[in-house]
Amino acid sequence: MSTHSTIIETDSAEEWRLPDKGLVGMICLIVAEVAIFSIFVVAYIFYLGKSLDGPTPAQVLTLPIVGTICLMSSSITVHFAVTTLAKGKSGLSTLWLALTVLLGGIFLGGTGMEWHELIYEKGLTISTNLFGTTFYSLVGLHASHVAIGLVMLIVAMLFGITGKLESKHAHRLDILSYYWHFVDGVWVVVFLVVYVIGR
Amino acid sequence: MSDTTIGLPHPEAVAPPRMLWLDIVNSWITTVDHKRIGIMYIGYALIFLIIGGIEALVMRVQLAVPNNKFVTPEVFNRMFTMHGTTMVFFVGMPILFGFGNYLIPLMIGARDMAFPRLNSFSFWVSAFGGLLLYFSFIGGDGLYGAGTAPDVGWFAYAPLTARIFSPGHSTDYWILGVFLSGIGSVGTALNLVVTITCMRCKGMTMGRLPLLAWIYLVVSWMVFIAVGPLTAAQIMLLEDRTLGSHFFDAQAGGSAVLWMHFFWIFGHPEVYVLVLPAFGFANEIIPVFSRKAIFGYSAMVGATVGIGFVSLGVWAHHMFTVGLGPAGNAFFTFATMVVSVPTGIKIFNWLATLWGGRIHFVTPMLFSIGFLFQFLAAGLTGIMLAVAPFDWQLGNSYFVVAHFHYVLVGAILYMIFAAFYYWFPKMTGRMLDERLGKWHFWLFTLGFHITFDLMHLPGILGMPRRIFTYQADRGWGDLNLIISLGAIFQVIALLIFVWNMVISYFQGEKAGADPWDAWTLEWTTSSPPPHYNFAVEPEVASRRPLWDKKHPNDPDTAYE
Repeated sequence: MSTHSTIIETDSAEEWRLPDKGLVGMICLIVAEVAIFSIFVVAYIFYLGKSLDGPTPAQVLTLPIVGTICLMSSSITVHFAVTTLAKGKSGLSTLWLALTVLLGGIFLGGTGMEWHELIYEKGLTISTNLFGTTFYSLVGLHASHVAIGLVMLIVAMLFGITGKLESKHAHRLDILSYYWHFVDGVWVVVFLVVYVIGR
Repeated sequence: MSDTTIGLPHPEAVAPPRMLWLDIVNSWITTVDHKRIGIMYIGYALIFLIIGGIEALVMRVQLAVPNNKFVTPEVFNRMFTMHGTTMVFFVGMPILFGFGNYLIPLMIGARDMAFPRLNSFSFWVSAFGGLLLYFSFIGGDGLYGAGTAPDVGWFAYAPLTARIFSPGHSTDYWILGVFLSGIGSVGTALNLVVTITCMRCKGMTMGRLPLLAWIYLVVSWMVFIAVGPLTAAQIMLLEDRTLGSHFFDAQAGGSAVLWMHFFWIFGHPEVYVLVLPAFGFANEIIPVFSRKAIFGYSAMVGATVGIGFVSLGVWAHHMFTVGLGPAGNAFFTFATMVVSVPTGIKIFNWLATLWGGRIHFVTPMLFSIGFLFQFLAAGLTGIMLAVAPFDWQLGNSYFVVAHFHYVLVGAILYMIFAAFYYWFPKMTGRMLDERLGKWHFWLFTLGFHITFDLMHLPGILGMPRRIFTYQADRGWGDLNLIISLGAIFQVIALLIFVWNMVISYFQGEKAGADPWDAWTLEWTTSSPPPHYNFAVEPEVASRRPLWDKKHPNDPDTAYE
């Protein structure tokens, strides 16, 4: 939108530059996703402490430290995957992608174990109380986004393993990495709301 | 995809060989061409317009006289639910996206939308949502044998939507149908933003963008922010109904009011999502038939963005009767009234465009002028309802029904009709018949005013909305009869319109590339445009490129 004032109309030889389609598309997707997540976060905060019976967050939740560290660092590894691919080092890029997938996988596995414990040992299901309802919905919505991101990263990784990942794909991988950073950013909010403030 | 250059076909190759009908169907189903997808959106919306119209007629017959037994209360509930849902999600949205899809790339000099396959996906997923909603008439019985079509109202307030109060699967069909329509809407909105931002032809700066494209840009951003909450709320409701969660379950501490907030955070911006494209059509049509450039281009852009922002903060005026407390009432009354400022700017700009112009009273212009008057009236009743104490008196009455139908029919549908008469020649290469068009306009206007002017009165007399019948001693009978009779004129006018489209498609006067002597880029290509839109990528130097081309001695570039 800032092109309005920057482009000089009289000079037709002036290069006609427009924003990148992939980037704008990803920004739009992220805005729409933020709207969805906001509603789930609002619902979580609105229902904090409103459950009619237990268990409460303080009783059953523990900080998912390992998972959080893994997911946060996967943002760095995916960034390196992009920069190495841009330099043409597709083998190294594939390695970084694999590390990202591994870290994301550990996070998802951690969520799975947490849920298993909550359901089978601590007796918290989605229908137990309002805490269960909002907790599984918010964390589950985020986890499903991680899963979708992982699928896309695995596809990129498979292209790397079969030797089809080239430096000309760096831009596409870059766009994908924005999605992954977004999923990470959402986790910061979820972590703060669910595990820090909500507990 | 569009990064690669595709060679233009030879002129001989443009005329395709005669195809079998199955090939034609196949070519439409598999198409990723924005023009064809646009036409499919419009056609699909028109089919649902007829279905939604029939549902409205059933209600009007039922309400025409007191103590009527034309349909059962259960059927009546299904009718108003399906009518509202259909008209908003499966008529309003697709028809506006259809015009957007068709016109935006042509207006900004692009070959297609930014993501053609996403475009096709968005259309088909929306279309599937509509089919799923209507499948509920057959499949909605579910395991419990209760209900067929959804009957919870188009805003589906909790706790009526809870499993115990709405057994069977009818409400689930409503949730999924609307959910899918939302996915499609976000997909198309994304496509529109990227197309408008990244695919403008050379020289088309944001300050030279046609106002219709500006409006679609703002509308698309509103779709992201408004449809997201609806999607989230639908997921929650689906969880409540299928997984036993408690979001809107008051028995477990959940809140029915939260659903209202979530729904109207979507619901009110949605009104502007629907009405802004109507403004966009007016922005294109009124100047052409006043033979003047639009008055106050930058004020129009500012007002559009302003409406977009303010409309995100007015949702709770739908909830005054719930009881928001003094602070909430004051804020939402104020915010709602603020919307009338940018809207007023727009109305004055249209009037100033008309002022001193050489006005051509052809059918698209007639509908535009009808729109101006009726939108003003609808806005005035809107300001009345924005006042919380007034709303406490008339909330959920027929006054409200009359108010929003004045917006949806009197403003939006009128501009959609105007858009049909204006762009039909571009889409088909044939003019719509003027004589039939005038009949359509005058009959529809007569019917519209009989129905919706008078509909305010039973509301003031105390008639609530969504009642299946009423007693004779209420004094609403005569009014309701006249309101229902008005519908007959509207039906006849609509039949004339459909007949006009059919007959003009085959026998209408040949349109040529630029039948209206208009100024935007879509009129530089042939009618209908070739697959590739523009043989040479256009280059523009002002807001009215075609004016510059026609008047090289007096180009707009000298004034902008």
